[in-house]
Amino acid sequence: MNPKYHLEQAYKEGTISRREFLQRSALIGATVAVPGAMMAGAAKAEMKRGGVLRLGMGGGSTTDTIDPGTHTDSVGITIERSMRSYLTEVSPSGELIGEVAASWESKPGATDWTFELRNDIEFHDGQKLTANDVIYSINHHIREGSTSAVAGQMGKISEMKADGDHVLHITLSEGNADFPWLISDYHVSIFPENGGWETGVGSGPFSLVNYEPGVRAELKRNDNYFKEGRPYFDGLEVTVIADAAARDNALKTGQVDATNRVSQRTALLLDKAPGVSVHKVVGTKHYTVPMLTNIPPFDNVKVRQALRLAVDREALLKTVLGGHGEIGNDLPIGRRQEFYNTELPQREYDPDQAAFLLKEAGMSGLSVELSAADTAFDGAIDAAVLYAEHAKAAGINVNVIRESNDGYWSNVWQQKPWVMCYWSGRPTQDWMWTIAYEVGGAWNDNNWNNESFQSLLKQARVEVDPAKRKDMYWEMQRLHWEEGGTVVPLFAADLMGVSNKIQLPEVIGSDWELDGQRCSERWSFA
Amino acid sequence: MGLTRLIVNRFLFGLITLLAITLLISLALEALPGDFAEQRLGQSATPETIAAIREQLGLNKPVLVRYAEWLGNFLQGDMGISLSNSRPVAELLATRLGNTLFLAVASAIVAVPLALFLGIVAALYRESLLDKMISTITLAAISLPEFFIGYMLVALLAVNWQLFPAISSISDSMSLGEKIYASLLPIATLTFVIVAHMMRMTRAAIINLLQSPFIEMATLKGLKRSRIIVRHALPNALSPIINVIVLNLAYLVVGVVVVEVVFIYPGLGLLMIDSVTSRDLPIVQACILIFGATYITLNMLADILAIICNPRMRHPR
Repeated sequence: MNPKYHLEQAYKEGTISRREFLQRSALIGATVAVPGAMMAGAAKAEMKRGGVLRLGMGGGSTTDTIDPGTHTDSVGITIERSMRSYLTEVSPSGELIGEVAASWESKPGATDWTFELRNDIEFHDGQKLTANDVIYSINHHIREGSTSAVAGQMGKISEMKADGDHVLHITLSEGNADFPWLISDYHVSIFPENGGWETGVGSGPFSLVNYEPGVRAELKRNDNYFKEGRPYFDGLEVTVIADAAARDNALKTGQVDATNRVSQRTALLLDKAPGVSVHKVVGTKHYTVPMLTNIPPFDNVKVRQALRLAVDREALLKTVLGGHGEIGNDLPIGRRQEFYNTELPQREYDPDQAAFLLKEAGMSGLSVELSAADTAFDGAIDAAVLYAEHAKAAGINVNVIRESNDGYWSNVWQQKPWVMCYWSGRPTQDWMWTIAYEVGGAWNDNNWNNESFQSLLKQARVEVDPAKRKDMYWEMQRLHWEEGGTVVPLFAADLMGVSNKIQLPEVIGSDWELDGQRCSERWSFA
Repeated sequence: MGLTRLIVNRFLFGLITLLAITLLISLALEALPGDFAEQRLGQSATPETIAAIREQLGLNKPVLVRYAEWLGNFLQGDMGISLSNSRPVAELLATRLGNTLFLAVASAIVAVPLALFLGIVAALYRESLLDKMISTITLAAISLPEFFIGYMLVALLAVNWQLFPAISSISDSMSLGEKIYASLLPIATLTFVIVAHMMRMTRAAIINLLQSPFIEMATLKGLKRSRIIVRHALPNALSPIINVIVLNLAYLVVGVVVVEVVFIYPGLGLLMIDSVTSRDLPIVQACILIFGATYITLNMLADILAIICNPRMRHPR
């Protein structure tokens, strides 16, 4: 076992102190990034100017475009975040900070929002960024006939009005206290009204020089970037490398400086290679096993509870994720997210209790089908087979159906009664619950219709008092933990491979891969 | 004369085959679960956005209507635009096709002479230790899957000894020398994969002929063994060898997608797989046309060359 991993684990579990961790890391000569959240307050690292950051990334395709409404995967998002800016930004430590917006406020009820924009921002072509550009950009997603992936999510905007060049009023048809979070979404970037998104002009840290979708992208530094001193690199080169082994090789041979999606199976080996280290970040990405709760036998709450008890999460974590992650507690909310209910006990593997619940429900010897394909997540079929093994001990017969990868999201997910699924997670509770758990939501994959849960979701959305919101979200989590239809067995870590030539900041964003897909402006050469 | 008529005939049949392939591909893509709009949006699809995309791209029309439209445009020289990023298909394909041909030609330049040479040597020293070594090594190479050979070469030559780059991400801005250097490992991999087939055929065809009376005559005349093989046996053995060489050349164009994946080589295969995954029909059609035309043309070439080498075949009984 790699000593570096041991240390990191021990530190995270709290068996050694931070001082001890750093001393012992130095002893074994390891360059280790201290697990994110625990490094707050450490001294600021020296960021150096210069050099071209070369990324080797999975998650790109020849079908990628620079239309901000179309991104679905990592390469498109990284390029988008590098060439354009957003109203707001999720900071590495997980707070919402302004990017183009300097400040914002809402009236009670959270329907009327006012954003004050920075007045010193210019697009790559020299035009000033104004409130009209923001309106034009958001309209791209909500106009009639929009093909944007966030058309639904942004659809609650009923009116946008510019007040001069740098003040923007947005009215929502339904209040939402988390609205400033919603517009940090990677789709909602800002481009000039005069030119549109087609030109690729933005106000981001880099400007696009050359882009061959699915192959490579080349960007050069925006010397006129509005964030002081940033970016540190002179340029950014993204090479799309779909194959995990090829990404490892490219990093080992120094052809790229960092890679995303290191395979769980080769992470240890890659970490041992000279000049390279593997960093893992656990954020909000989670694997789910949603049941359609309006379809028998999943309409029976005891069946749902029994199935949640019938899986050994620790074993899944070890086998499916190679230990790179955390076990889930049937909540789609990350442990470090705001308003996480810390009082709910961790649900354990308890086949006896599961069998007992089924007996009570008169469903002993239950037989159910579980649909899986590796499109849901890498290892989903293995996970389903393991689930079936674990459930046997409770007398439950889980019949694993291997589905085709093609068309999984249109023909299996939301269609078959019990399936494998993943969510990259969302930075706020409201956002996550709304997209996948609110009745009538387009991506609702469980149809769980609990009246108090649904009404709390609506109340909390317009509530601006944090103390009251906390109570509501805690109650919603309790309800979902007790009666909900989605099993959340695992939170998966993002693994990235980084050359030792790169200087990482102390805190690495966990909202998306590669430092919130903002590594191009947050990292530098050492 | 017969040869011209044959070429014209084969050419016409080739065109009909190509047409049939494009229709089949249209129907096959339609039969796959999920259409372009659903694949594009994936998990984040909503009924409204799917409808909007279908409306915008005309995907609501029946498949045969769309096929007829595509065919009409194609016959006027318009290959259409990519559904996903609205770029002209011809432009998208040009670079990729260039890359694929570059790799194919470079591999052929190495592999074909090497295979002929090894085949001749093996036939010359038949049943000797050298012959057995050549056979064993080339057969071992063809028995291993190409991704395995690729990864082994990367592990040894790129990661361990750092002689060559591990990924061959070539681009237009590179000089020819840089391109060749970047592509050395994929060229080596492809050479390993195709040499055995051609070499075995060369050896077998020559050895077959060594029993013939005219070879016996040459031997009795007191000619050197190497001269007998190169001047007397090889020209008569050419037609089966050419057949195998041409089939392997076709493979170099249409069958190298695994090598492209291992070495991140931006060729046609990767483009087609991406396009099938996203149901981007115009690109798939164009790729299939190129692949189909390659196979048909090369097969035709193989037959014609075989006939030229062996005039007896012009008069089928």
